[in-house]
Amino acid sequence: MLNHVSLGIHPNHASFDPESALSKLKSSADWVALRYVNEKNHSRSFKNGKSESHSVSFDRGVMIEVFVNGYFGYAGTSDLSNAGLMRALLKAKEVATLASQRGISEFTLDQRPVARGEYQSPFFQNLDGTSLNEFCDTLRLATERMKASDKIVSTRADARIIETHQVYVSSHGTHVDQKYLMIATDFKATAKEGSETQSRSDKGGLARCNQMGLEALDRREVLARCEQIGREALELLTAPNCPTDTRDLILAPDHMLIQIHESIGHPLEIDRILGDERNYAGWSFVKPSDFGKLQYGSKLMNVTFDPSVPGEFASYAFDDCGNPATREYLIKDGLLVRGLGSLESQKRSGIPGVANFRSASWNRAPIDRMANVNLEPGSSSLAEMIAQTEKGIYVQSNQSWSIDDYRNKFQFGAEYAQLIENGKLTTVVKNPNYRGITVPFWNSLIAVGNAADVEMYGSPYCGKGEPSQIIRVGHSSPHCLFSQIEIFGGGH
Amino acid sequence: MKELFQTLGAKLFTELKSGEELGLFLSAEQTDYVRFNQSRVRQSTFVDQKVMTMTFQSPSRKVVFDLTLSGVYDIDFAQSLSLLERAREEVKVLPQDDFVSPMKNAGNSHQEHKSELPTVNQAIEEICRAADHVDLAGFLALGLTVRASLNHLGQNHWFSTESFFFDYSLYTKNSNGENKAAKGTYAGTDWDSKSLAENIRESVHWIELLKKPTQSVPRGSYRVYMAPAAVADLVGMLNWGGLSLNSYKNGSSPLNQLIEKERFFHPAITVEENFGLGLSPRFNSLGEVSPEKLKLIENGQLQNLLVSSRSAQEYSVSTNFADKRESCRSMNMLPGTGTLSFPSTQALDRLGTGLYLGNLHYLNWSDLKTARITGMTRFACFWVEKGQVVGPIQDLRFDESLYRCLGSEVEALTDESFVAPEVDTYYQRSLGGKKAPGLLLKDFTFTL
Ligand SMILES: [Zn+2]
Repeated sequence: MLNHVSLGIHPNHASFDPESALSKLKSSADWVALRYVNEKNHSRSFKNGKSESHSVSFDRGVMIEVFVNGYFGYAGTSDLSNAGLMRALLKAKEVATLASQRGISEFTLDQRPVARGEYQSPFFQNLDGTSLNEFCDTLRLATERMKASDKIVSTRADARIIETHQVYVSSHGTHVDQKYLMIATDFKATAKEGSETQSRSDKGGLARCNQMGLEALDRREVLARCEQIGREALELLTAPNCPTDTRDLILAPDHMLIQIHESIGHPLEIDRILGDERNYAGWSFVKPSDFGKLQYGSKLMNVTFDPSVPGEFASYAFDDCGNPATREYLIKDGLLVRGLGSLESQKRSGIPGVANFRSASWNRAPIDRMANVNLEPGSSSLAEMIAQTEKGIYVQSNQSWSIDDYRNKFQFGAEYAQLIENGKLTTVVKNPNYRGITVPFWNSLIAVGNAADVEMYGSPYCGKGEPSQIIRVGHSSPHCLFSQIEIFGGGH
Repeated sequence: MKELFQTLGAKLFTELKSGEELGLFLSAEQTDYVRFNQSRVRQSTFVDQKVMTMTFQSPSRKVVFDLTLSGVYDIDFAQSLSLLERAREEVKVLPQDDFVSPMKNAGNSHQEHKSELPTVNQAIEEICRAADHVDLAGFLALGLTVRASLNHLGQNHWFSTESFFFDYSLYTKNSNGENKAAKGTYAGTDWDSKSLAENIRESVHWIELLKKPTQSVPRGSYRVYMAPAAVADLVGMLNWGGLSLNSYKNGSSPLNQLIEKERFFHPAITVEENFGLGLSPRFNSLGEVSPEKLKLIENGQLQNLLVSSRSAQEYSVSTNFADKRESCRSMNMLPGTGTLSFPSTQALDRLGTGLYLGNLHYLNWSDLKTARITGMTRFACFWVEKGQVVGPIQDLRFDESLYRCLGSEVEALTDESFVAPEVDTYYQRSLGGKKAPGLLLKDFTFTL
């Protein structure tokens, strides 16, 4: 009988009271805020039936924010003592005093509304109630279940569990306390025969991520999915290459996530439109004058910013300047109506925005980010979309992605596809890729799946910013049908 | 910081019981980050962070904990001790791991690079002054970066450097009303106002060329000259699994055909890991010391893959002390020699008629089997006729196999390589960089 060790880890660290820490800083600045982040990030993986890696990070620190002559300055520190926090405050003030004379825009405290509230992400099963041993067993069994034949040369199971506690307090009365439990998993099988190698995963690399508890790893469900992954990896091994053609394209929700992310989310970020990101991730083809005017896509296209969806990966109650988060339409009936811009970007641009001032951790200042950006359901079923397609392709699970720095010319690849001939799914093909240009592509949207067809995915890895920040995003979508898209396969 | 780390290490090692192994790695920074837009300050952030990685092993079990240190000894010792106890509990229930390699003492080293950095306020003033006549977007990182490693066997490595980079781009509208931009980087250990101003002036030279009318270039195949920054991005894709033994064994290597000698690169292509560039420490995150120089691809053929100690155990080969990811930490692509080379000042003449590509953007594998990469052109990219720049282009998408662009289509390389310093700052400021020459290609395919 093994000792019972739970997944929950509680390192011996001194407690920290953000309000009391703030009270000792208040008199040293006209306005000061403190954002405390305590995050545990568990990462465990198994490979080919064997233990591969077990690592957990324990990250705790504070971002001090000061307001000097219309400018917000930041200093982050992991020294939570009164002296450590005071050093950070003085440093933030020192830079802010000069930077305020060289600042790009003059802000006011309207960009830091007084906020009070809390958030707890939904879950059923917590870490303390889960045995480490059982958890690891599920991952091990998953790698074994994917090995459908000797041609499967590698199987891998990865699980991330993220526990975050964030408290934001300010000298003008803000107190926001938000707690998250998040799970991201990835199961992948690689098949090889001769010179051909093909991989299939559980909806694309780490796309399966949610705010939820350990119920995400229900063993029976996981193993059933793994069995299918192994089968489909073998299927791809003998499948013909995706043809070079122009066809109607059905994208599954686990691929829509990248299409939404790269060709809607990023170009609508107002800090990009304002040029903040030009030196790194890029600018945007969207101009300030496009809001309320640009027909971004067909009338069937409705896109929301929605941090209120229970269980979606990037839900929250307040963003990192204390702005209460609400659901807003970004694109309504194909028309661009709102941008992904925080209170600071809204002030600079005059464009209507959302509560999306987000930071990766205590060591980064917030910038305009996506959170949950979702494609709203239409009225078709997947069966109807297939039936209405004479010559098409049904593409699942993103595996390759690239788009230009203005977010126009994209190329995306996927793991698995099936041709559609005369309204029926036919041959499975490998290496499906397609390319297009954002606005014409979305204007070729001719059918959108209904509410029952919606699936929820996300990514732990959206990168942006200087200094760079990795942030979590969620994207839900039904299946979508696009008319006459250039598709092609592998080779050369 | 050194004292804190070494005292913590010394104390934790005395806590170990028989059969237990402990390695500690410190990754720390005190950095001023400043972001600029329109030649003004958008955001400034000072970051003081110290992350200690504890690698705990007891026979055939391994647990890794990353702990952000507070800098206060008592607090940090209490936390790390509680994690040591947790690690002990975990190894009692975790399944056996066959590929754990026992720790060794990889020796001692000490490198401390001190320099005269300006204050962040001085740097902001000088950047704003030097750029007051142009539209500049950019990013300054300035300060101390530390990497250090200790283990219970007495291994002790310390590397610290005070350095800066200012990575920027300049913007203009050309006569077609399109946005055009050029990229520049000023980096080093000794900040000099004159060099900064000169660096920005050199980039302004591109702006004049970018103001010319846009040349329409339909998708198709063209002669291409890739400047060193673009080549560094292209060859940098080898760090995405290309040179990793583990990814080859798992069936996910994009260089499978090169490794299995089914296809080759051009004989002019040689790529090595070379710590002699002085951009990053030779010890890896386990404190193991990699060879000063390791040929990876030589004259177009694979010589070595990067092998971590874990892969070495798993696949029964010898390690070359690569890090867990098995990617280059200090990549050097050698310049051309003899008839396959030309001076970079003659790049336009040698190109004749075709495309000059200053930078690339957002590269990704589009077909692993054939090492095919898709990506975009970015910043200073021009249509060139008879060795003369005619005008800038609208950005193009390419989708090409490395067996063509480092293989059959290579015409020549510049006779000198240039350092592209690492400007990555995810989680924390990175060290390292890549060195690459310019590359002249007979034929390169654009698809959109
Ligand atoms: Zn992103």
